[in-house]
Amino acid sequence: MSDVPAISLSGVHKSFGRTQIIRGVDLDIPRGQRHALIGPNGAGKTTLFNLISGRFSATSGTIALNGKSIDGLAAHEINRLGLSRSFQITSIFPRLTVFENIRCGLLWARGYRYSFWHLLGGQRALNEEADRLIERLNLQGRRNVPAGLLSYAEQRALEIGITVAGGADIILLDEPTAGMSHSETEYAVALIRAVSEGKTLLMVEHDMSVVFGLADVITVLVYGEVIASDAPARIRGNKAVQEAYLGTEAA
Amino acid sequence: MSADATQRAALAPTGLVAVTRRHWIWPAGVLVALLLPWLFFDWSTHRHSGFVLTMLSEIGLMAVFALSFNMQMGQAGLLSFGHAILFGLGGYVTAHTLNAIKAGSLWLPTELVPLAGGIGGLIFGALFGYVATKQRATAFAMITMGLGELVAACALMFMGFFGGEGGISTDRVTDTSLFGIPYSSSWQVYCLVVAWTAIAAILMRLQTQTPLGRMANACRDNFERAQFVGYDPRMVRFYQFTLSGFFAGIGGALYVLVYEIVTFDTVAAAKSATALLATYIGGAGSFFGPILGTIVVVLLQSGVSLLSNAWLLYVGVLFIVMVMYAPGGMMGIIALHEPVARTGRLRELVVPYARLLVPAVLAVLGFVLLVELASFTTIGAAQGKAFKIGPHTVDAHTALPWALGAVALIGSGLWLRWESRRFRARWDALIADAKAKGAML
Repeated sequence: MSDVPAISLSGVHKSFGRTQIIRGVDLDIPRGQRHALIGPNGAGKTTLFNLISGRFSATSGTIALNGKSIDGLAAHEINRLGLSRSFQITSIFPRLTVFENIRCGLLWARGYRYSFWHLLGGQRALNEEADRLIERLNLQGRRNVPAGLLSYAEQRALEIGITVAGGADIILLDEPTAGMSHSETEYAVALIRAVSEGKTLLMVEHDMSVVFGLADVITVLVYGEVIASDAPARIRGNKAVQEAYLGTEAA
Repeated sequence: MSADATQRAALAPTGLVAVTRRHWIWPAGVLVALLLPWLFFDWSTHRHSGFVLTMLSEIGLMAVFALSFNMQMGQAGLLSFGHAILFGLGGYVTAHTLNAIKAGSLWLPTELVPLAGGIGGLIFGALFGYVATKQRATAFAMITMGLGELVAACALMFMGFFGGEGGISTDRVTDTSLFGIPYSSSWQVYCLVVAWTAIAAILMRLQTQTPLGRMANACRDNFERAQFVGYDPRMVRFYQFTLSGFFAGIGGALYVLVYEIVTFDTVAAAKSATALLATYIGGAGSFFGPILGTIVVVLLQSGVSLLSNAWLLYVGVLFIVMVMYAPGGMMGIIALHEPVARTGRLRELVVPYARLLVPAVLAVLGFVLLVELASFTTIGAAQGKAFKIGPHTVDAHTALPWALGAVALIGSGLWLRWESRRFRARWDALIADAKAKGAML
């Protein structure tokens, strides 16, 4: 294994019009690390996610995945480099069944491309793989239900499933447990831990128990700048962080 | 595969029997299509009814066209206002191909001539698709509308290819049949149309089960998500559009084989609208919806147009009513009944439906009377005809028939509202029961 970081940001800026959202972020995330991005509302966490996943392009600075610059690449090209993401607002295929949602997540990664000559019903290996993942997500009882009819927590689980289905080695999760009950959150954390085994995980999360329970390293973003990036224990003791972020929550 | 599914697969019979049992609708459809003309066979002259054969051929070729439209609309969420350009251009390519065969400069069996139209549609599909699929949603619809107008204008400008207002005439009797069939009679052509309609429909059905077909659904539902599983939504749209052009071209080729002429109205906006109407009326959300819609629209077109000048108005009203009250089309209405059918209580809806039917029929009759009176006073009277209901001549310039129509329409409209409220209550009870029994998904 080389020591090229999985995700590498240097001098990344992003402005919308005259408003600066990201004001120079430098961050290296080594391979195999579970990394959490926290910060108060409006700090630019989701924007940073959108830059890394190619939804927006950076105003200046470079972003590299496994040492390869993603400058100017479209979202689907970045996905093909091995990065997959989920969305803060659930983003699934509502009219397709749970099974088809997961299978769509697998198709490109298994080399089917734009094929109109394979009949999906006959692709046994593919279908079995989709079913195995559905079992891991604990959605086997809802296999043939249109995804739009699932409960909120089920949809979030499905979204994580679509995100990891293709076997991407860099996974970005944007508030995966937002809006979940306590027990649902516990289940989601176990699921995230299992599916991100051996992969690089970057997640935005507001639930501190999730962050401190899951992350190897936490980066704190405030007003578009990184004010700290360290192990959870040291982040907890960091004065600046307490002032800027944890302090406001305790107050 | 789950254990349950494996077990079911093991129990299922194999081979042709299993395929027939699961897909009985296809052979049944072909059988009905081949038997139907014999109901109208004139045994005294030993001739098929030309009118019926033409109408059924029209249903077949328009069904292919509407299904290809739904490859974009229903499957990929791409509303096209210019789909007829692919149909019509496929037709022009076919007409030129037939003429080349006739002239001896090309050899192609008559049975494979529809492929020429398909390839024409495919090539023009790639060309226009390259432009149109750069955008999606409203912008896509606008581009296709522009392309439609562009091609319709070209059809009157470039005489060599389009033949101007007169179009391109051709002769389908080319003596190149693989089976020695001359295709001189309507019946022989009808059989060819049935065969190609079935082939095209089956291929389009299979296409929905391929990776491209599924990703077209995925991009329709959520194009951004599709990007983040590795697909370029634009390429999905492009391939889907191009393939849809292939099938539209086959539809156009069948048109040329049936009518032996292709004119600029095959590429015109009205033709595109027909596919859209048929798809919406039948239901864009279901594969068979466009076929059902085509049957209704062609029956109105060929049948009602003989009786009434206002047939297009009836199609329009039907379209508006469907979009307003049944956005899922006829197939959508059928699908709504599935949960009730699963609880086995479908029979309880017979009486409520019958009670709805009476005021509905009366309201339709009242509406038709008013429309026909209006159309008679403007068009019919000028043609020197008399307004007749059965054997009775009615004077359209007296107040009585107008009042009768208005009373029937308004009175039974109110009655219908009242009945539909009762129906609604009954329906809600049945659905609640289906929910309680877990028959809903």
